[in-house]
Amino acid sequence: MIEYLLSPFHYDLMLKAMFVSAMIGGVCACLSCFVTLKGWSLMGDALSHAVVPGVSLAYMLGLPFALGAFVSGILAALCMGFIKSRTRIREDAVIGIVFTTFFAAGVLMISLYPSNIKLNTIVFGNILGIAAGDIWQMLIISSVTMLVVALKWRDLLLHSFDPNQARAIGLNVGVLHVTLLTLLAATAVAALQAVGACLVVAMLVTPGATAYLLTDRFGRMMIIAMVMGVLTSLIGAYVSFFVNASTGGCIVVLQTAVFLTALMLAPKHGVIASWLKGRASVTALMTGVPGEPVPSGAVMR
Amino acid sequence: MDHIAQGIDLVVQDVTVAYNNGHVALHDASFSLNPGTICALVGVNGSGKSTLFKAIMGFVRPVRGTVRIAGDPVKAAHKKNWVAYVPQSEDVDWSFPVSVWDVVLMGRYGYMNFLRIPGAQDKRLAMESLERVKMTEFKDRQIGELSGGQKKRVFLARALAQQGRIILLDEPFTGVDFKTEGAIIALLRELRDDGHIILVSTHNLGTVPEFCDQVVMINRTVLAFGPTETTFTEENLALAFGGALRHLRLDHTDVPGAERNELVVLTDDEGALVVGAGGRLERRKARNDDQKAGSEP
Repeated sequence: MIEYLLSPFHYDLMLKAMFVSAMIGGVCACLSCFVTLKGWSLMGDALSHAVVPGVSLAYMLGLPFALGAFVSGILAALCMGFIKSRTRIREDAVIGIVFTTFFAAGVLMISLYPSNIKLNTIVFGNILGIAAGDIWQMLIISSVTMLVVALKWRDLLLHSFDPNQARAIGLNVGVLHVTLLTLLAATAVAALQAVGACLVVAMLVTPGATAYLLTDRFGRMMIIAMVMGVLTSLIGAYVSFFVNASTGGCIVVLQTAVFLTALMLAPKHGVIASWLKGRASVTALMTGVPGEPVPSGAVMR
Repeated sequence: MDHIAQGIDLVVQDVTVAYNNGHVALHDASFSLNPGTICALVGVNGSGKSTLFKAIMGFVRPVRGTVRIAGDPVKAAHKKNWVAYVPQSEDVDWSFPVSVWDVVLMGRYGYMNFLRIPGAQDKRLAMESLERVKMTEFKDRQIGELSGGQKKRVFLARALAQQGRIILLDEPFTGVDFKTEGAIIALLRELRDDGHIILVSTHNLGTVPEFCDQVVMINRTVLAFGPTETTFTEENLALAFGGALRHLRLDHTDVPGAERNELVVLTDDEGALVVGAGGRLERRKARNDDQKAGSEP
C-alpha cells in the first residue's frame, strides 16, 4: 500500500511536475492577494488569455515563450487602457472584448500554422510534457516575482488600499501599477504550462479570496494564501497521477474545495458565523437584553 | 533644514483643468493661502471641488496655470511629504485587511527606506499621532470595525504622522456625529495654530463660519475668495449654489443682542447655515454648552 502511495515519487516526470506545480501555485497565490484586494480578477483572467497569441508566435519563431507572452500580455493591457480612457465603454466590456480578441487571434494562429505546440497544451496545460528549458523560464519568472513582492509589498499594498495617498507621498503610482500588471502577466505565462490558460485565473484568485475570508491582516492573508497555493498544487499534481486526470483540473478543484470550506466555516466572515451572529442579535432584541445604546449621532442638532 | 519651523504657502494661479473627454472641469482658478489658516472649499456637486483637490495633489495636470507649494511645483512638494490627504469615507475600502496601526504607519512611508520598514522615529510619531486623536486603544482593530468618527480620526492621525504642512480634507463631517465633529474641529484649530494650512471641502455649510478663517467658493472657477466674515455671504452663496440650496426665511433669532429678528437658513445637504439680520453669520455658540451639559450626569 505504502509502496503504491509512494509510486509517483519514483518517476522523474512526476517529481518535476509536483515541484513545478507547487512553485507556480505559491507564486500565483502570492499575487492573488493583490488581485482580490484590487478587484483585478477579471484582469487576471484577461491577461492569462491575452498571452496566448504571444506564446504561439514565440513557439513558431523559436523564441522563448515567456518573451512572446509578455509582449502580448502588455499589449493587451495597453489596448484596454486606451479604449477605456477614450470611449464611454465600461471596463468589463473593454476587458471582455480585448481578451477574447487576443485569445481568438492565438487560436487562429495555432490552427492555421500548426507547429510543435498543440492548442490543447496552451488551453489546458500539460505539465507532464514540460521541457527543461520551460522549467528554467518558469523558475526565473517565479524568483523575480517573489523577489519584487518581497521587496515592495508594502508599496503595492498602499497602492491597492489608497492610491491617492501613495501619490500624495511621492510614490510613483504609474510604475507600481505597471509592475503589478507585469508580474501578473509573467506569472500567468508561467502558470500556463501547469494548468492552462483557462484555469490560470482560478490560481490567481481563489487562494487570495480564501485567505481574505479567514483573516483581517494582510501579512497573515499572504501566508495563508501561499500555504494553500503550494499545498493544493502539490497534492493536486500528486492525485492526478492516481486518477490519471488533468493536473490543472485536480489543482483547481482542490482549491475550490478549500475555498468552500472556508466560505462555510471561517470563524468571522464565514456563512455559518454570520448566520449565528445574526440570530444572536435578533434573540437579544426579542428578549430585551440591553444591547447597544442609541448612537449619540441620532440626537437632533 | 527643519521645515516645521518655516511656513509653507499654497498658491493656485489661473488653473484650468480639462479631462480627456474634452470636459473643462475648472478654469482660471486662483487663490493663495498663507500658513496657519483653515480654509473651506464650498460649491455644488460637479463644481470642480474634487478637481481642484486633484490639481493640488498633482493627480491632474492643469492645461494652463500652476499650483505652487512654498514656491515648488506639486511633485517636489510631495517628495517632501508636505501634502497630506484625508479621503472621503466613501473612497476607502473599509473591509481591506489592514489595522488602524497599519494605516497610520502608511503616513510614514515617504520617510522610510526602500523596503519601507518602520524605524523607531516612525513608530514614535505614529504612536503620538494616535494619542493625539485619542485612538490608541483601537490600534489593533481592523479599520472596518470602527465608527464613522473613529474612521475619520484614524486618517487624521495618518496625516499627522506624515507631518504634512498642507492637509486636505474631503467631506470630513460626513457620517460623523455631533460630538466627534466638535473634536475634529478642535484638532484642526490646533493644527492651524501650529502653522498648517488646512483646506476642507465640505457640504456642511453650518460649520464653515464656526471654524474656517477663509472660504473659497467655486463653480467651475473661483467665484469668491477671502475671509469668512466678508466672503461667506448670502449673495456669494446664491452665486455659488444658484437654486441648489434650500432657503428658509424665519422671523426669529436665538442670538441675544441682535437688533432684528429675521433669520435666513441656507442648507445644502448637511448642517445649515444661519444668516442673521444684515448678513451677520450666526455661529453655533451652543456647541460648547451642549457638550458640557452632555458630559454631566
